Amino acid sequence: MIQNSWLIPLLPALAYAVIIIFTRRSKVISAGLSILTMGVCFVFSIGVFNELIHLDPVSRSVSLGWTWLKIAPWEAHVGVLIDPLTSNMLLVVTLVSLLVQIYSLGYMHDDERFSTYYSYLSLFTASMLLLVVSNNYLQIFMGWELVGLCSYLLIGFWYFKPEAAEACKKAFVVNRIGDMGFLMGVITIGMKFQTFDFGEVQKLVTQGIADGSFHADHYIAGIAILLFCGAVGKSAQFPLHVWLPDAMEGPTPVSALIHAATMVAAGVFMVARTYTIFSADPLSMTIVAYVGGFTALFAASIAVAQDDIKRILAYSTLSQLGYMIMALGVGGYTSGMFHLTTHACFKALLFLGAGSVIHGVHGQDIWKMGGLWKKMKITAATFLIANLAIAGIPPFAGFFSKDAILDAVHESSVPGHMVLYYAAVFTAFLTAFYMFRLFFVVFLGEARDHHAYDHAHESPFTMTGPLMILAFLSICIGWLNWPGVDAYSKFVYFGSTSPEGASGFFQLLAQSWLSLLVALLGIGLSAAFYYFKVFSAEKAANRYRPIYLLLKNKYYFDEMYGWFVKKVVFGFASAFQWFDDVVVDDGMVDGSGWITRKFGWLFSLTQTGYVQNYALVVFGAVAVIYLLVSF
Amino acid sequence: MNQIPVVHFLYLSALLFGIGLFGVLARKNAISVLMGIELMLNAVNINFLAFAKFWGQGSLTGPVFVVFIITIAAAEAAVALAIVISIYRQLKSANVDEAHYLKG
Repeated sequence: MIQNSWLIPLLPALAYAVIIIFTRRSKVISAGLSILTMGVCFVFSIGVFNELIHLDPVSRSVSLGWTWLKIAPWEAHVGVLIDPLTSNMLLVVTLVSLLVQIYSLGYMHDDERFSTYYSYLSLFTASMLLLVVSNNYLQIFMGWELVGLCSYLLIGFWYFKPEAAEACKKAFVVNRIGDMGFLMGVITIGMKFQTFDFGEVQKLVTQGIADGSFHADHYIAGIAILLFCGAVGKSAQFPLHVWLPDAMEGPTPVSALIHAATMVAAGVFMVARTYTIFSADPLSMTIVAYVGGFTALFAASIAVAQDDIKRILAYSTLSQLGYMIMALGVGGYTSGMFHLTTHACFKALLFLGAGSVIHGVHGQDIWKMGGLWKKMKITAATFLIANLAIAGIPPFAGFFSKDAILDAVHESSVPGHMVLYYAAVFTAFLTAFYMFRLFFVVFLGEARDHHAYDHAHESPFTMTGPLMILAFLSICIGWLNWPGVDAYSKFVYFGSTSPEGASGFFQLLAQSWLSLLVALLGIGLSAAFYYFKVFSAEKAANRYRPIYLLLKNKYYFDEMYGWFVKKVVFGFASAFQWFDDVVVDDGMVDGSGWITRKFGWLFSLTQTGYVQNYALVVFGAVAVIYLLVSF
Repeated sequence: MNQIPVVHFLYLSALLFGIGLFGVLARKNAISVLMGIELMLNAVNINFLAFAKFWGQGSLTGPVFVVFIITIAAAEAAVALAIVISIYRQLKSANVDEAHYLKG
């Protein structure tokens, strides 16, 4: 299986080509082909995992390479690197993509460009898989850019809506800023190490640390920070977070795919993949940890004041990604990747659930919903499970991974780690609060908009089926790291030994009393506000109106960036335009012509047209030459 | 035999050349300019013959040159007069100053 794992990204790419070229006319064949390939890829991924787990832990890293380009003396390679990290990502990506594609059968059934949609999904997944299996920096960059392209295509899938067209442009441009850093990082790696291969770079870095030659090498810090720029863009960390909430304009299953598996996970995965470089430099680790921690808190606070069901989820994704990045920054490699895995399940579930709600009531404003529990039992129940998972209530999945992160932050040696820890705990509180706010407002209470309510209906089985599978995973997947079992920790870890977890479930509960308490507090407060109506949300919002407006307007980041682009960037641009118009165009281009013409005019004065003048000049010249020669 | 010294030939030829040059540079009538050119050519001929006589040691190189120059001068005069006639037809005048179409 491992020997043939290069097929995993290739199959969906082929499916894309076949759908676009041949089967676009038939919705059934296109969707079937896409889903079938994804199913095969999922089975393949299980096979790879199965083979990998039977290998000795030390040799669980298989790299296969082929030469792609030869530009002597340099060669570019393509290849596959299968190790526990890759295998983990393969399972997550193929599973989520498979479920999303099945779900889309119901969600997109009357869209005109149904086949095109499926082809894009295939290409999107193929790009992500290419990125995941790659064994060198060049290939990961190709996958990286392809993922960016596909997200552009899918966010702007309904391009006739102006908001969607704007959103896809925004996503693309903001990502480009991060990608610039990533590309520079990759180039620097090439210059410094003369190779792009992950394994070789890792070997060189480890060697350099061991013999002390990297001790004060700013190259490593520079590379780490440049690579992290890419992760900040792709994983939507502060300050490049602005594209992700707007990415909501795409079809909801696409949001699920972007948020759970194929797009934003790429940044976290990339940091994990290049972890040797990061861990070689404490400064860059600290930056990573603080950016992640800040994003987690920042995004969670925004989510509290949003009214659009998908936007709330988008900000919760930002916040959870912040957790993952922070975990990586404090050295919690395993907990970060574990959270990525569990988050993929419950976030896909949340988005698909939201999609099901939107499908039912044809709207996204939570204040027009309400009481949907009665109408959409499966959606509501699975949504509740996902909510419990993301809030970190045991024994749901989020509890295990989030607590591992909090534990890693608590134990870390990053300067000021207790600040990060309390920020993370507060984020956990906010997460529980806003997720249950969403749940209470949408599914419980009285119907607010009767037209929407009467119209609401449970979604077809193609949509509820994936919801149930994901709900099952959202409950169980955390148990992989059941204290004492630690199956996940023993599989995915960085360095030579797997990290130690708590020794038993009750010990873990005791250890995490604080986060559990704040989560319950968040749920309780949310219930008091939005279910029992003990407090009035409107009154609180009015009383703290400036804060409410600040949060509702997302700290005015879009406005600030808008101002920055309009005033500063356009200002620079007009200065350069002036330079081009006046100095280059008028001065240099027209000027050289002007000078030539003037010289021509000057010399044309010698051409009098009087034949006797010419004769005089000829004679005079002969006389002068004669005089010069004779003396 | 008392010969005329060579320098007298040279004086004559220089005088002739000067008159010719003056005609070329100063006269406005195209025919006069042509005449000036003829004079200059003949001044050169005198030089050739004088040098051939005094230092040529019987060589015919000088006189042969003169014959060629006379021939070519005749051809040149024919061409030049043709040009003058066509200029005259154009301008109703043979004044060289009026034919200054190439002024820059």
